[in-house]
Amino acid sequence: MSLQTTSSQTVGPYLHIGLTWLVNSNLAGPGVAGDKVTIEGRITDGDGNPVNDALVEIWQANAAGRYAHPDDTRDLPLEDAFKGFGRLPTDEEGRFRFTTIKPGRVPGEGGVLQAPHINVTIFMRGMLKHLCSRIYFPDDAANGSDPALARVPAARRPTLIAQRSASDPAALMWNVRLQGDGETVFFDA
Amino acid sequence: MNAKSIPASIVPVAGYRRNDRGTQPDFLYPPYASTVKRSPSHPLVPLPASLSEVTGPVFGYDVLKSNDHDLTKQHAGDPIGERIVVSGRVLDANGRPVANTLVEVWQANAAGRYPHQRDVHNAPTDSNFTGAGRTQTDAEGRYRFVTIRPGEYPWRNHYNAWRPAHIHFSLFGPAFSTRLVTQMYFPGDPLLDFDPMYTSIPDERARRQLISVFDWETTIPEQALGYKFDIVLRGRDETPMENYLPRARS
Repeated sequence: MSLQTTSSQTVGPYLHIGLTWLVNSNLAGPGVAGDKVTIEGRITDGDGNPVNDALVEIWQANAAGRYAHPDDTRDLPLEDAFKGFGRLPTDEEGRFRFTTIKPGRVPGEGGVLQAPHINVTIFMRGMLKHLCSRIYFPDDAANGSDPALARVPAARRPTLIAQRSASDPAALMWNVRLQGDGETVFFDA
Repeated sequence: MNAKSIPASIVPVAGYRRNDRGTQPDFLYPPYASTVKRSPSHPLVPLPASLSEVTGPVFGYDVLKSNDHDLTKQHAGDPIGERIVVSGRVLDANGRPVANTLVEVWQANAAGRYPHQRDVHNAPTDSNFTGAGRTQTDAEGRYRFVTIRPGEYPWRNHYNAWRPAHIHFSLFGPAFSTRLVTQMYFPGDPLLDFDPMYTSIPDERARRQLISVFDWETTIPEQALGYKFDIVLRGRDETPMENYLPRARS
């Protein structure tokens, strides 16, 4: 049996009414293992204008590299305090900021271990279907052998790797440019 | 990769099949003006399924409150408007029910107004209606909401632009790859063919799939009319070839 998949439609400008009840911008609550990290960024459109009505969702493994999901059956620790999901709307300046832990490595294409990464989904008015991207960590030696990064033209890879924040040494910056110069890499995941 | 080269400690990961051709809008659809500056200009980079894509957030029933599925019972009084029951099944493209998955909805009130600071339409708000609901599918993939029929409303996309009546739906399904946000429409709405969100979908059958069906079975006599809306998420690839997960050590 094969059914035709339902079409995507935009979240529209009023997404907050239906979706902000589940906002979670701090995944690293008490008792969560791993290196705490704050990631902040700004979403801008093709004219460089901030997108103040977007919603960002994140999905990631825990510090041991295990996803809190029944299909991840590997014999690695799971933590009750870490579910791996975050959701946050952008503010008036198009900014978002969340705190989490650096995830461990999980296997990818061809069984090769992937570099630590956070999976990102982005929704907004003017977007008929959501965007998928990834946040990688700066100066991680594993980035060089990551099978997903390897699929991205080298010149565009830096758009997927967070930068150290100049203003806050404890924070990473990951900006999203929807279109044009320095356009962020989006995946067909 | 040749199957013989798979280490013994590895088992395949089945990914989710791509959406059917023509079912999904492009990012850039100029009749919907906001897409022009918000659509990526580079093609998406294809990503084979790994654990990152076949897993996704799992929510328990504990995130839901008892009236979350009944948008007419969330305030002291009754909202203005025609009560309706919206129900259906969430299935995957293989025809299997998607059980225990979170379904979130939001919509305008009967006058076509959202309680949102950016909604400046001069139609009345309704203090008895927020227009947000959520529920979880049962083991057969069924869900059910009670709400009021949302009103159409003008928007400024083009001259005299009006959105057809619609309810926004957000679903997770079992995986990062199955996430879907869509809109449900109503049968016979004359605005549909003039709506660039609706017409952005290339495939005619896929467009029609977003229109709910009037359903006697789910009406409540003396209370509410029923509309049925089934949703199909991406289905699992039955023949995984390329992607591997170390075997559990249990």
